[in-house]
Formats: sequence, structure tokens, C-alpha cells
Amino acid sequence: MTQAVAERRTDFGPPQYERFLPPAIKKNYGKWKYHEILKPGVMVHHAESGDKLFTVRAASGRLLSIDKIRLYCDLADKYCDGYFRFTSRHNVEFLTDKSENIEPLIADLKKLGHPVGGIGNAISAIVHTQGWIHCHSAATDASGIVQSVMDDLIGRFEQRELPGKLRIALACCLNMCGAVHCSDIAILGIHRRPPKLDHANLKKLCEIPSASASCPTAAIRPATVNGLPSVEVIEEKCMFCANCFTVCPAMKMNNPLNDGVSIWVGGKVSNARVEPMFSKLAIPYLPNNPPRWPEVTEAVRNLVDLWAKNARKYERMGEWINRISWPKFFKMAGIQFQKEHIDDFRHAGLTFKRSTHLTF
Amino acid sequence: MAEQMPQTPLLDELEKGKWPSFVKEMKAAAKKSPMARDLLGQLEQSYKEKIGHWKHGGIVGVMGYGGGVIGRYSDLPEKFPGVSHFHTIRVNHPAGWFYKTDALRKICDLWEKHGSGLTNMHGSTGDIILLGTKTADLEPVFAELGALDFDLGGSGSAVRTPSCCVGKARCEWACYDTMRSCYDFTMAFQDEIHRPAFPYKFKFKFSGCPNDCVASIARADMSIIGTWRDAIQVDQAAVQEYAKGGLDIQNDVIGNCPAKCMKWDGKKLDIDNQYCRRCMHCINAMPKALAPGKDRGATVLIGSKAPIIEGALLSSVLIPFTKMEPPYADLKEIVTKIWDLWCEEGKNRERIGEFIQRVGMGNFLEAIGLEPQPEMVAHPRENPYVFYEEYFEEEGEGEKK
Repeated sequence: MTQAVAERRTDFGPPQYERFLPPAIKKNYGKWKYHEILKPGVMVHHAESGDKLFTVRAASGRLLSIDKIRLYCDLADKYCDGYFRFTSRHNVEFLTDKSENIEPLIADLKKLGHPVGGIGNAISAIVHTQGWIHCHSAATDASGIVQSVMDDLIGRFEQRELPGKLRIALACCLNMCGAVHCSDIAILGIHRRPPKLDHANLKKLCEIPSASASCPTAAIRPATVNGLPSVEVIEEKCMFCANCFTVCPAMKMNNPLNDGVSIWVGGKVSNARVEPMFSKLAIPYLPNNPPRWPEVTEAVRNLVDLWAKNARKYERMGEWINRISWPKFFKMAGIQFQKEHIDDFRHAGLTFKRSTHLTF
Repeated sequence: MAEQMPQTPLLDELEKGKWPSFVKEMKAAAKKSPMARDLLGQLEQSYKEKIGHWKHGGIVGVMGYGGGVIGRYSDLPEKFPGVSHFHTIRVNHPAGWFYKTDALRKICDLWEKHGSGLTNMHGSTGDIILLGTKTADLEPVFAELGALDFDLGGSGSAVRTPSCCVGKARCEWACYDTMRSCYDFTMAFQDEIHRPAFPYKFKFKFSGCPNDCVASIARADMSIIGTWRDAIQVDQAAVQEYAKGGLDIQNDVIGNCPAKCMKWDGKKLDIDNQYCRRCMHCINAMPKALAPGKDRGATVLIGSKAPIIEGALLSSVLIPFTKMEPPYADLKEIVTKIWDLWCEEGKNRERIGEFIQRVGMGNFLEAIGLEPQPEMVAHPRENPYVFYEEYFEEEGEGEKK
């Protein structure tokens, strides 16, 4: 046994990336001169050596079967000498130095049902989380909404005629795995009912001090319920963050009658033109309506259309709104401004309008 | 476990559009795997009831590691025994998400043998996610992954799997070697990735330029974003070509310059580089004509996170410029000092950004031995309540207490 432990190989890390770089990249590593977008989903990088590297980007979907990965491998073997990559937004990219491979590769990708696009002034794939497929804290499904929204917006992925880039992201709860809070449009699963307490099992499943300490508004305090040590929740202080549920399974947040989706707009991570920005609340609540979430799909489509029609060249969603002002945005979008739109947590005062710069 | 494919009338609706369908992927896996069949059945039930059916994660893992596996159990184990255990394995991806097909096919083969046949390529943090296996399969999967030179990624209160943009592999804007740095930091901090010992998670993300293609400024505790110190490289002939090709340089390029540091007289683009804010817009608009300067490196920022617990934060400047050259000793030394302080003083589940908010950036800088610099703030303080730490005593003839 001692020997077996001694021989166990640990902490060796991921494979060194150079093993997986195509020869054209190894040769021109760090020596790229410029790139051009040739058409939707296709770009060429020119190296100082005069070499060209073509990239074909296709929507992939985040959840993939091994069968699909093997089909990608077949395409990479056929057209790209056995190399390919994925992007930070769940797209798949095939790279080749042979321009004659581009069209047959695109045709094969389309046959597989994978649209080519997402480069330049287009919608790229939606970064998203696990949802009901694999997460215990999901307030909504992730893949189903993404599917419905992108089935609807696929045309905006396959062209590049938008004013600027449009990045949509979805998180199925307020934990927000991924950079959802800095997206042009963020779709966010929300809870609206305070935790349901399983008093009989709370002491067994949770540490009571950690459960009370987890609450950012101090709404949870230790209490004896039916003779058992447990906690109580001051419900009017609950803002449904679900942090308590994360540390205590006996404080269940998921609730089909009250869970739903909120829509946020105007965030970005890039530094281009204006500094990175958080997304801001546009629509406080839409119902969970599987399998196709028609209310969410329609809301996202309306926001995209409104921005596409009115923004100036290069203006991201948030830059456009900052130019026209938020009151105008609400009016143009036909969204009723209400109490929930006004921040009331930390630093809320910084979000109040502190000038007379108003439009009428 | 389900012998037959479950009836999924609701999920079937999601196969009818043009976007690649995740339901088709699940059904492909379900043809071979009873686990995937039960996953499909359970998801259909979630769609009917509008609620998930997963219990809180349990503590499972492989010997010698404190993370890399997320325990997952169905709350309907009798109805869906195939997902009674359905653990996630996080596999540290190769930097830049490049693959050779032979390696990836072998991962597919092992996942066909030991798991549901479903994956995420990739999870939000960057790992390859192998979705759904049983406790008994964890050790065999780890052994077989190891034979392919793939190790586990991070989970829990640990360094999470670092990720980076494509960088110098395929981008002319990479101001430092993101893939090399990402790999180097990943290897240097293997123990911190695999054995959670921090107050909470710590993420590194490496972006080669201020376009920040891995969103490091929004979600990395340490965001390393490429930049340059000297003048933007300009090819005047190529600028003229863009103008001839229909680009409105005055309005679309100069009109969007945040520093208003450019002029265009119809022939020559003149940039007053001392005021350039390195925003990338002009370079993005004319990639053939403009390029970042030659004195390249990175700005290091600290503290971004999603809302849990005290609200979302963006990273803020910690080191305005560093060359980011191997072996990155100076930066690693700062990282170690930050971790020592945070492990000593941080509260449970307090990210470094929240920690800095609580103790004050000034105190934080002092504790890790960095001088305050004007680049670190959007503007100096507006509030006059300064925590002075020393004052003069009359008795001591002007000596400070």
C-alpha cells in the first residue's frame, strides 16, 4: 500500500499546450501581423512570414455528447491535419492554412447542424451555466432558454450587420457562473420566495452559525423550533440571494411557483471606447415557461432589434443607452419602470441620478 | 436504470429549431448510456414541474486531491437510479483550448467506458467538464486521464483552473504570451489548485489585450490584461486604404477615442500617444493599419467577482504595468503575499475583492508591500474621514505617537 501511494502520480497539470498547436501556429507564434474578417464566421490571420491562417467558427452548444466531439475530430482530421480548438464562448473553431478547405468545411458543418458565424459585429454564442441539467441551485433551466433564444436569433449569428458586438449570457441563479453580470444582455434565473426551512433536519444538515453568518442582510438568526435547534428568517429582509442555501441544504430556495427570469442590459468587459460596465436591470421578472420560454425569447428579441435599429456604428448596448439616457431606453423598449429597478443594497446611492441632465 | 428511451414531449420541442440542439446531444448519449437516459427522464420531469431535481453536492473525490470532482445526486433516485450518483469531473483544459484529435478521441473513449458520454466543452471557468459518473468510477477515470497527461482542475476554496485567451497563437494584439503564462501559473500552483486551503475561490485569467476575450476583469480575482507603454504602431498607407475603402475615420475612429488624442487631416493619422488610454478601439477598427506598441506587457488588476455575497465587483488596478516575462517571479511573489494575508485575515467565503473592500485598499497595499499609485483609483477620495494612524503629542516635543 505504501508503495502504491508513493507511485501515484499527482499534480502533473494539463498537457503542455504546444503539443496541440497546429504547425502553422507553431511556426508563426507571436508573429501575426493583422487579420481580416472574410465573411460571417470566417477570418484570416496574416503572419509576418506571409503565411495565412484561416479560421472557421461554428456554434457548438455547451453540452456535447462524445459522439459530437468525435464528429468534430473527423472534420479536423479531414480539413485541419487533426487540430482544432474551442473558444471562450462555447464555439468551435477549425483552423487551416488551405483556403480551398473553407467551403467544404462549412458545408460539412452545416450538414451536422452547426451554423457558421459569431465573428465581428454579430451575436456570438450564449455563455451559460448548467441549469436543471446538473445544478442544485438553479432557479431556471439554462440550456432550454439558450436554445429558444438562439433558435430565434440565429440569423444575427450568421451575419455581421449589427452596429457592434452583442454578447448575451445566461446564469441560472445569482451565483452567476461566468461573466453574466457584464453582458450586453444578461438572462438571470431568480428566486422570489424566502427559504423554506426544514426544521426537522436543519441541525443535522447544516452548521447553524455558518447559516446565520451567510446572510448579507443579517436576516437569519439561530432559534429553537419545536424544541429543535434551527434558524429563523426575517422574511422582509430576504433579498433572495440564496447564499444561505449554498451553505445549508435545509434552507431550500427553489420554488416553481415563484422562480423565474430577469433581464439585464448594457454591460461589457472589453475596454474598447468606454470602460467595462456592469449590466443593469431592464425586466425584473418573467415567468419560467418551459419548454420554450416565449416571454424571455420575445423580450430578448425586442431588445436586440431596438438596439440594432437605433445604435450608431460600434456602439455596444450600454454605450447606446448611456447616449440616449435610461428614461428614453425604458420608453423606447416599452418597459414599465418600477420600484425593483431602483437599487437598495450597498452603494445604492451611487446609482441615483445626481444631476439635471434629463431628456424629455 | 431506464431500459428504454424516456418519453420527452417537452424536450422534443427543443429539437425543432435551427440552433444546435442540446436535446439531440442528450439523446445521442442516451442511446448508449442508461445514465444519460435517466438524465433525460429527470430533465423532462423538471420541465414539467419547473424545478430542478439535484441534491446539494456531496464530498467525493480522488485520493490525494481535495477538489476537481463535484458530487451530484438526484433527489429522485428510485425513479431515476441512473443519476442517483451523477458526479462532475473537472479536467484542466490545455491553455487556449487547442486540441489534437487523437488526444480528444481517447478522452471520449474513456468517458464512454466510465461516464454518461456527456460533456461541457467547456465549463465557465474553462475546464473540460465530464458530466455524470459514479463514485466507484472516479479513481479509474483519474488513472486513465493521467495516462493521457490530463489532470484535474480546481473546485471549492482553491485556485480555480486558470484560463487565457488565444494570445500569441493566433492574435496580433497579444501584448504578452498568455498561453505560456497561464500554463506556467497552472503548474506553479498545482498544490493550491488541487487542495482547497483558502477562505474562498481564487481565479486567474490571462487576456492578451484590453479587449479582454476571457472576461478577466469581470470574473478573475487576479486579472492580467495585456497592454503597452510606447506609441501605437501606425502604417499610414494602410490608414489611407481604410479611408478609401469607406471607413469614416473622423467619426467612427476619432469620434470614439476616449482620450480625444487623435487627429486626421485626410492623409495622415496623428496620435498623441502620451494621452492614449490603450482602449483598443482604433486598433480594432483598423487592424491592418494600427497595432499595439512594441514595449508590451500587462496591467494586473485584482478583485472581480459575481454578486455572491456582498455584490458584484470589477477588478481594479494593482500593478499598472509589468513586462510579464518568465519566470514571472515578481508577480508570483506578490500573489503569495496576497494569499498569506488573505488566509490569515480573510473571513470564510470572502473573495479577495470583498476582503479589500472590508480592510481598505490602502491597508491592503501596505500589508503586501506595494506603494499606492494614482493609476489604482478612478479618482482620489471624496470623503474627508481619513484614518490617520499617527499624531503629535505636546509632551513629546513634537514627536509622533
